Amino acid sequence: MIPAKFDYLAATSVEEALSALSQSDDAKVIAGGQSLLPVLRMRLNAPDLLVDIGGIDTLKEIRDDGDSIVIGAMAPYYEILANDAVKNSLGLLHKAISEVADPQIRHRGTLGGALVHADPAGDCGAPVLALDGELVIAGQGGERTVAAVDFFEDLFTTAVGEDELLTHIRIPKYDGWGSNYQKFVRVAHQWPIVAVGAAVKTDGGTISEARIGLVNMGSTALRARATEQALVGREATVDGVREACDLAAEGANPPSDLNGDADYRRHLATVLTRRAVLAAAGG
Amino acid sequence: MTATQDAPASVTEIGRDRRRKEDQRLITGRTRWTDNIQLPGMLHMAMVRSPFAHAKITAIDTSAAKAATNVVAVYTGKDLDESAGVLINAWAITTDQVAPDHPPIPADRVSFAGEIVAVVVARTPAEARDAAELVDVDYEELPAALDLKEAAEDKVLAHPDLGTNKSALWVFDSGEAGTGGNVEDAISKARTDGILIEREYRQQRLIPAFMEPRSVVVDPTGEQLTMWSATQIPHILRFALAATTGVPESKIRVIAPDVGGGFGGKLQVTPEEWTAWWVARQVHKPVKYTETRSESLMAAHHGRDQWQKLTLAAEKDGSVTGLKVELLADLGSHVAIVGGGVPVLGAFMFNSIYKFPAYHFACQTVLTNKTWTDAYRGAGRPEATYAIERLMDELAVELGVDPLEVREKNWIKHEEFPFTTVAGLEYDSGNYEEATAKAKANFGYDELRAEQKRRRDENDPVQLGIGVSTFTEMCGLAPSRVLGQLNYGAGGWEHASVRMLPTGTVEVVTGASAHGQGHETAFSQIVADRLGVRFEDVEILHGDTQVSHKGLDTYGSRSLVVGGEALVKAADKVIEKAKPIAAHMLEANVDDIEFKEGRLGVRGTDQGVALAEVAMAAFAAHDLPDGVEPTLDSDATYDPVNFNFPHGTHLCAVEVDTETGQVKMRKYTCVDDIGNVINPLIVAGQVHGGLMQGIAQALFEEAVHDESGTLVSASFVDYLVPTAADTISFDVDHNTTPSLTNTLGTKGVGEAGTIASTPAVVNAVVDAVRAFGVSDIQMPCTPERVWRAIHAGDAGGADPTTGGAAPHFDESTGHEGQTDRTDGAGQ
Repeated sequence: MIPAKFDYLAATSVEEALSALSQSDDAKVIAGGQSLLPVLRMRLNAPDLLVDIGGIDTLKEIRDDGDSIVIGAMAPYYEILANDAVKNSLGLLHKAISEVADPQIRHRGTLGGALVHADPAGDCGAPVLALDGELVIAGQGGERTVAAVDFFEDLFTTAVGEDELLTHIRIPKYDGWGSNYQKFVRVAHQWPIVAVGAAVKTDGGTISEARIGLVNMGSTALRARATEQALVGREATVDGVREACDLAAEGANPPSDLNGDADYRRHLATVLTRRAVLAAAGG
Repeated sequence: MTATQDAPASVTEIGRDRRRKEDQRLITGRTRWTDNIQLPGMLHMAMVRSPFAHAKITAIDTSAAKAATNVVAVYTGKDLDESAGVLINAWAITTDQVAPDHPPIPADRVSFAGEIVAVVVARTPAEARDAAELVDVDYEELPAALDLKEAAEDKVLAHPDLGTNKSALWVFDSGEAGTGGNVEDAISKARTDGILIEREYRQQRLIPAFMEPRSVVVDPTGEQLTMWSATQIPHILRFALAATTGVPESKIRVIAPDVGGGFGGKLQVTPEEWTAWWVARQVHKPVKYTETRSESLMAAHHGRDQWQKLTLAAEKDGSVTGLKVELLADLGSHVAIVGGGVPVLGAFMFNSIYKFPAYHFACQTVLTNKTWTDAYRGAGRPEATYAIERLMDELAVELGVDPLEVREKNWIKHEEFPFTTVAGLEYDSGNYEEATAKAKANFGYDELRAEQKRRRDENDPVQLGIGVSTFTEMCGLAPSRVLGQLNYGAGGWEHASVRMLPTGTVEVVTGASAHGQGHETAFSQIVADRLGVRFEDVEILHGDTQVSHKGLDTYGSRSLVVGGEALVKAADKVIEKAKPIAAHMLEANVDDIEFKEGRLGVRGTDQGVALAEVAMAAFAAHDLPDGVEPTLDSDATYDPVNFNFPHGTHLCAVEVDTETGQVKMRKYTCVDDIGNVINPLIVAGQVHGGLMQGIAQALFEEAVHDESGTLVSASFVDYLVPTAADTISFDVDHNTTPSLTNTLGTKGVGEAGTIASTPAVVNAVVDAVRAFGVSDIQMPCTPERVWRAIHAGDAGGADPTTGGAAPHFDESTGHEGQTDRTDGAGQ
């Protein structure tokens, strides 16, 4: 478990990091390192240069920006969890992050790092997608903002170019919405076999709006749009939501592996969606 | 002035829940794990391993690796000479056992994915690893024997030169042995006029997954060549090095420093050790090799892996009349040190606590192109216990009675001990009625059965299941005479020395070799009581052949029941040696000297001397009686007369979510009879850990290979070892019938939990969903398998999910591919 040789740059500013990335053909950005270090140690990847952005303080801020909350790409999970604005206005993201791996990893790992790693089994991508998050990407030509729906392109592939850096995540507030994250695992420390995040707005026992994110149901984080639409106007009861939730896996393309074949995952997605929606509507 | 004044006489050490002496250094890691050892001029090794399960090595180009920075040497199988030795099988279970040669590095053909093909020696571990990736190996892939049943039919040969994959057929028949009747008679009678339960169960392949990966250091520079190894068996390792590498035993020192777990997985002599031994002698410098976790999962021996074909015959009233067991056991690529013998250790246990009048056992061991298999916690007995406890549940269902009722009908009653079983063993003690009554009460059996019925009646999406396992096992390996009859390559005795130091403290040397069990604490308690010295004044030494020159190491729940007894005998000899000296000091007759609580006194008087004073007198030797040696130090080698037979009743309740198939532990109660307990805290640790390891087989763990023979579950991403977060608090209790086969009255506890818990959990899972027409679910009972069993009504429940989890790290493979982490030089 010894990585191949690499050069290392501890960047002190976004500009310095971008400059280093543009000058190397084979550089990797290291954030919290909780995914990249195993990759390097198992020699699945051997970049020439690691650009460490852990020393860039401006990337660690978590800010209430009126209608939205802005989270710096280098904010570690545990600081996001401790933030009241996130807890109150982004309940789904808060609940999903509280389920990421274990306390040690949540201490080092970052939301930005996880999103750019873009593991479809990661806990955070689907909530950011479902909550209509926007991702701020810096390049040498300046900043651009990408909607989450355009951000996740494929397995381990995002809109962030090789010379670019994700700097911030901006998510609109969901005050007054209920939320729930259903993570299905065999052992506590594993990636979700399937997970479903739901944010639901109810009006007198009837669902008025819903956002559903699916984890590990395809090559990227997914949103169960058919279910979201079908839930509108439904009573928040088992029978009221069942039909809508049965649509959860529509358009998904889940993997088959040791933990379950694709058809089983499709089934799980419907069950977990129903549970997440009902729990979200109830609280 | 006497030592006994420090220790209150009324408090005995045995039975106290002493905190473990060794834990501070083990938990903080501030100790000598093998990988912590640094020697002057030490070089480091990295292995190049085969990505193929079966292939010819057509060429190896080592030139680029040899030219790399700070590389000292690169060796392949062709470079090895006779002094490299071979890996031995110490237990040929039949005289005609077929076994391939096992050199540390093969010269021309690899026979499992992960086998070493070359070794790089460099000045640092990183340089060795970098250079290993430069070794260019050309393979010509050969068809691989991977499926156990197909391999048993010789469709593809794992070793073409052998002409067959069938290694040995081992048979026990009660009719032939005179221990019971003819099982075929019982079966044909049951077929027409009774109950016949015929089942086939799968024991999946497991990986011991000890916490400390294996590591070996060899120093060839001294007068004795020294090997440090993360091993359970330093003494056997030394013997095997001498026997196969041409180095005289007297020139070999083996040290097992602190070792971080084994579970049988370090009961092995390994290609890595033999390679390090040979390389050090080539380069004349100390060398170290420490495996990565992936190498450990891939190349350290695996466990279990059997198909069990079972036939149980019974009368219509549920009285069992016969049991027939036909096993296929996967040896993997080579016959490991006791590889073939593991299923044979189960041969005597399928009949368990039940009075079967007729019994037949046959086991065919089979070579395949997978990682070799050998002992894993329980070794043969979990397989047996699983089979019989699953069958007894099926019999209960057939009869329509409670599973405890059919067990009670057939088990040995407490007044029937000692009892000679149909497998020919004599069970010395036990009380199944008492354990079961206590377990039922602790568990709340009747209430949980009532809840189960309510949930069934209400068609609750969460169903409750209750599983039973009334197990026994044989442990304390082993009477040497029995091992001899089984053609095992060694005895089963254990050795101990007690050294009385002149200042009154005590050094104790044991031939057992702890790797996490807590021997230093428990053995100190025994000696403290026996000699009347303080617990703190006893030091337990082990694991270094220069200190502990004689021993047979630690496995098979033997350390306390065999090694502890040796300790008692050595301590008693110390006292006998002290008596004439004490008599001389007290000017009394030796026959009047009695030893009590650390003091040698003259019977009927208040005159006496402390053992420590006698130790000092012996050390000074100024005034000893004529002909008395100036020492109290004593040795004993103890060979047990019988195994011992822990037993217990385990009850497990699980909740099964019928919508997802997820199994959640609700309650687990066990009442184990392990005889007298030396340290309740250590016992609780052994039971909790053991239970979890058995539960892991039932629910979580499986070593899976893909169709080309690559281990898919080659990291902890895919090999799911549960943690404390995945379980519940166990309700652990005991009943006690002291063992009659050792003076402490103890029975082994190291494997009991693992042996008992697996069938309790699977019985509970099946019980929860039996109403859906399910009668079996293949282990591990994953949510998917449980869900499919419920919804297909398909008893098998096993499905061809063979891919690894999506490769969370590997950007080079997509969802369609496998995570191939074995290519090139390995990790």
